[in-house]
Amino acid sequence: MTALAILVVAAFLLFVITLWKRRSPTPLREIAAFTQLARTLGLSIEDGKRLHISLGHGSLLDARGGAAFAGLSLLRNIAESTSVSDMPTVASAGDPVLGLLTQDTLQAGYQAAGVEDAYVHTMGRVTGLSPFSYAAGAMQIPQNENVSTNIVIGHLGPEAGLITEAADRNNINLIGSSDNLTGQSILFANTQEPLIGEELFAAGAYLNSDPAHVASLTVQDIFRWVIILILLGGAAMKFVGAL
Amino acid sequence: MRVFTAIIAITVGILVLLGYFLPQAAIFQVILLDWAIILAGSAALIGIFNLLNVHADKVRRRAKDGVYSAILILGLFATFIFALFLKPQNIYVQAFILKGIIIPVEASLMALLTVSLLYAAVRLLRRRTDLMSIVFIVVAALIFLGSATLPFGDIPLFGTLVRPWVSQVLALGGARGILIGVALGTLTTGLRVLFGVDRPYGGK
Repeated sequence: MTALAILVVAAFLLFVITLWKRRSPTPLREIAAFTQLARTLGLSIEDGKRLHISLGHGSLLDARGGAAFAGLSLLRNIAESTSVSDMPTVASAGDPVLGLLTQDTLQAGYQAAGVEDAYVHTMGRVTGLSPFSYAAGAMQIPQNENVSTNIVIGHLGPEAGLITEAADRNNINLIGSSDNLTGQSILFANTQEPLIGEELFAAGAYLNSDPAHVASLTVQDIFRWVIILILLGGAAMKFVGAL
Repeated sequence: MRVFTAIIAITVGILVLLGYFLPQAAIFQVILLDWAIILAGSAALIGIFNLLNVHADKVRRRAKDGVYSAILILGLFATFIFALFLKPQNIYVQAFILKGIIIPVEASLMALLTVSLLYAAVRLLRRRTDLMSIVFIVVAALIFLGSATLPFGDIPLFGTLVRPWVSQVLALGGARGILIGVALGTLTTGLRVLFGVDRPYGGK
């Protein structure tokens, strides 16, 4: 029942805060990686180069789906922004269901930009079905396809190191975040501007300033403070009990 | 059509979620998850065709490194034919394809990763000289010195005090903080998808 209560409270807060943010938008704190990403989108079109988005191998049928959905949300924004480019954005996935949604999301981005005819289904690719085969396939894209920036976002473990290594060898900008701790530490060491922890889920809010995305950041902050207070309260009670 | 797909997705999402809390909805949850598993299996086939299509296109265009694509396609068909005639559980298929190719190749990639990560750590300060990068390098060095078997024996206090304290107090606390943040992000992202705000199934 606790889980149901948390869900109901979160859904209620998300709804109320979305309405509030629609009326009075609030500025977001600056995250260097998203500033760099926004700049990169424009530069890649001017340079005639493409973006590669590595969405990892998070299955949508388990808890890793959250990171995959966050990646798809980012992909949707990028597909719409870069649809006018001569070199279209390429996205790679290591899970077949995620691969299908990648193609669908890219197509939706092109439709929203009014250039659906420019969409080619091979822009969204399944490069492998196991973590390392996915990375081995995804690392070929920055090497061979005139990529200016590689965005690694989703569920990736140590295999993220292979993609970052390939990007680095080809002097390609790298922005990345993973919901996996090993993947996170590898991306921290390899990217110019790292995204840590829940910043992975903030991409939608920073790129399109949608009230629902901004509201979800506020809901996360509220829950985070509640958890901090519970942890501190629990520690204080234990300390008092020990006296 | 888009409204219709959104209604189906939201209804199915809510029914599956309710199945975790209400026994009456559990029957629908089981049926819907079974359907999802069948669809995921079909998606695997589509994924393989996508992979084949991308690499066949590279071979056709004589793209750079297209020879690797040709090897991939040959490997794919060889594995398919092997497994089709001998069955996937066959001892020779297991020994030749799984233990002879897939596992050694993945182990080699892991070994390659060790070298590339060490190199990345060395380059970190050149790429980004800030406090967090210095902390990252210092902590990595402390853990390394506390874990490695050195020719002159263990460094006093590193293996017994510094490494356990750093890994089990500082790093564990930080890791839990990150995981709590990820869980909260997953929760709100899931709710956005459930309510149709984010539609990764092609909604505008």
